[in-house]
Amino acid sequence: MNELLPRLPFADWIDNGVDWLVSTFGSVLDGIANVLGGVVEGAVTVLDMVPSILLAIIFALIAYFISTRKIALFTLIGLLFIDYLGYWYPMLQMLALVLTSVFLAVVIGIPIGIWGSQKESVRKVVNPLLDLMQTMPAFVYLIPAIFFFNIGVVPGVVASVIFAMPPTIRLTMLGIEQVPKDLIEATEAFGSTAGQRLMKIQIPLAKPTIMAGVNQSIMLALSMVVIASMVGAPGLGEEVYRSVTQLKTGVGVETGVSIVIVAIILDRITQQAGVRKKKIGGKLS
Amino acid sequence: MNEQSIKKKIVVKDTTKVFGKNMKRAVQLLKEGKSKGDILKATGATVGVKNVTFDVYDGEIFVIMGLSGSGKSTLVRMLNRLIDPTVGQILLDGEDIVQMNKEQLREVRRKKIGMVFQNFALFPHKTIVENTEYGLEIQGVPKDQRRKKAVESLKLVGLAGYEDQYPNQLSGGMQQRVGLARALANDPDILLMDEAFSALDPLIRKDMQNELLQLHSDMGKTFIFITHDLDEALRIGDRIALMKDGEIVQIGTPEEILMSPSNEYVERFVEDVDLAKVLTAGHIMKQADTVQVDRGPRVALRLMKQLGISSIYVVDKSNRLMGAVTAQDAVAASETDKSLEEVLISNLPMISPDTVLTELFDVVSTASIPVAVISEDRKLLGIIIRGALIGALSGDNQFINNDGIIEPADQMNTEVV
Repeated sequence: MNELLPRLPFADWIDNGVDWLVSTFGSVLDGIANVLGGVVEGAVTVLDMVPSILLAIIFALIAYFISTRKIALFTLIGLLFIDYLGYWYPMLQMLALVLTSVFLAVVIGIPIGIWGSQKESVRKVVNPLLDLMQTMPAFVYLIPAIFFFNIGVVPGVVASVIFAMPPTIRLTMLGIEQVPKDLIEATEAFGSTAGQRLMKIQIPLAKPTIMAGVNQSIMLALSMVVIASMVGAPGLGEEVYRSVTQLKTGVGVETGVSIVIVAIILDRITQQAGVRKKKIGGKLS
Repeated sequence: MNEQSIKKKIVVKDTTKVFGKNMKRAVQLLKEGKSKGDILKATGATVGVKNVTFDVYDGEIFVIMGLSGSGKSTLVRMLNRLIDPTVGQILLDGEDIVQMNKEQLREVRRKKIGMVFQNFALFPHKTIVENTEYGLEIQGVPKDQRRKKAVESLKLVGLAGYEDQYPNQLSGGMQQRVGLARALANDPDILLMDEAFSALDPLIRKDMQNELLQLHSDMGKTFIFITHDLDEALRIGDRIALMKDGEIVQIGTPEEILMSPSNEYVERFVEDVDLAKVLTAGHIMKQADTVQVDRGPRVALRLMKQLGISSIYVVDKSNRLMGAVTAQDAVAASETDKSLEEVLISNLPMISPDTVLTELFDVVSTASIPVAVISEDRKLLGIIIRGALIGALSGDNQFINNDGIIEPADQMNTEVV
């Protein structure tokens, strides 16, 4: 093949494109980087001001109100265990990274999902893009992210947002599309505007599905923390990465377990939030 | 029915709906008279409704009936443009809704046309009262005002006290009442009911049909009712449009459809109808032989002899039924110089012309003389003879009066007297 066809320099083109973007939008990108970095670091600083025991209790209470007593207990013990192991501060850094990423993924993802659910043409563009975002090895996002945002927590956030956003978009679209056709017909027959149909019927009924998407986004963002640490994002991921490079199995397991604990807490709390919404909506079903 | 004097609420003119691509070509082929199957083959387009024309009068229950796939649901959805007609005109109070822009159409849907759906289509995340007030909510009616109307509307369908339940806590019948209340809360002129009772149990369905008829006579709204069930159509319809393959095969009153089917399809459709539930005493009654009470027993006796019958009905001057007299009694009376009045049998079996045949069997089988059919003011309209009852049940048209149209009482009187 190589002898028959001249090799097109795709890689060079892409590099040139990235260079062009960096030189043209440098100041904008710097602005974004500053804001994102500020948000994550600010969150860490605020969380760190609270004593670890008090914060663990606060999280347990949140879990108690949203979810069940069992999960509240697990939250309390799990967080205190992480504190006991001495990974409290890295855990906070990771949490700030994950929550910021998920927040952005949701804030961007849900409107795109809603838009896609209303317009066939949007869906046709968005769906293949989502496929691409999900199948592209996550490491690849890191390289341009470094060029755009330097090393540190910001490229980590950006890569996590891109990686974590697809489930929110997909499940938002799915949830809205799954609203039974006869209900849509009913809202139409009573003379609803498109906005009323969306706000009063489609989104409320799609809420459990949308929440499942958010839950999946959180899990994906968590799975990105180790990868993000390769570009200098601090946190538990960084600890795992270091233990790998230094072949420290013990530390690796400790930090790994800590990530799992945080993952379980976040997963259960958000899952229950979705289920509870369903209960309110559907009562006995 | 005098068509000129009754206001036309909806006028549908040459309306066609074609689904799929190649609509223009399909419409062209339709004009050339090609069938649904040919058009599907030639263009890949499905003809949902084919060149339909009909009027709906103000305040009537108009039933559109047909089997699944006959286009009845498509047709009803074109009336509020949930489905846009491909060609045609649909005039609502003289305004063509096909030409309306989005805003005008929304206004019509909000104010003029309500709709009730086959599978209720209640919003599962809203309570019963929230469901009921939905139509008003999207019109921006203030909360306490719309709540008041919704509660009233729920009371109307017999669901007071269920306001704060959720739809899936209610049975199917109750859910459809909510669907009805939701449509009524907007106070529309026209109510479209798409197979509204088809998902309900037979017993509940009958209750709902009765209540619907009651509501209809109380409110005087125009109802357009879709069903695939002929019995239901015959029960509630003032007029019925029968559809097949997207076309209206026949429009008429229930009697007209039953007694003079316009073609073989309608005939086959109605042949399984239990005639005993549809035909009434009015349909099968025969002219009664009567004698006026002041003519005396001798005249009565002579009449009986002439006609070769053993008893005769006795009426007063204004044809009110007084009783009957047997030949035996008449002979006795004439010998003892008694008046006819003294030998009358007055506790005769009597029924109204609206009585359906199923309710007649018992009376007819136990009566010794033919059962009298009387109007509300006791005027004798006719009599039921056993032979006619059986003949009518076998579907023999010679036993059924005037294609089922009941003759006005006073006309009958002049014939009898």
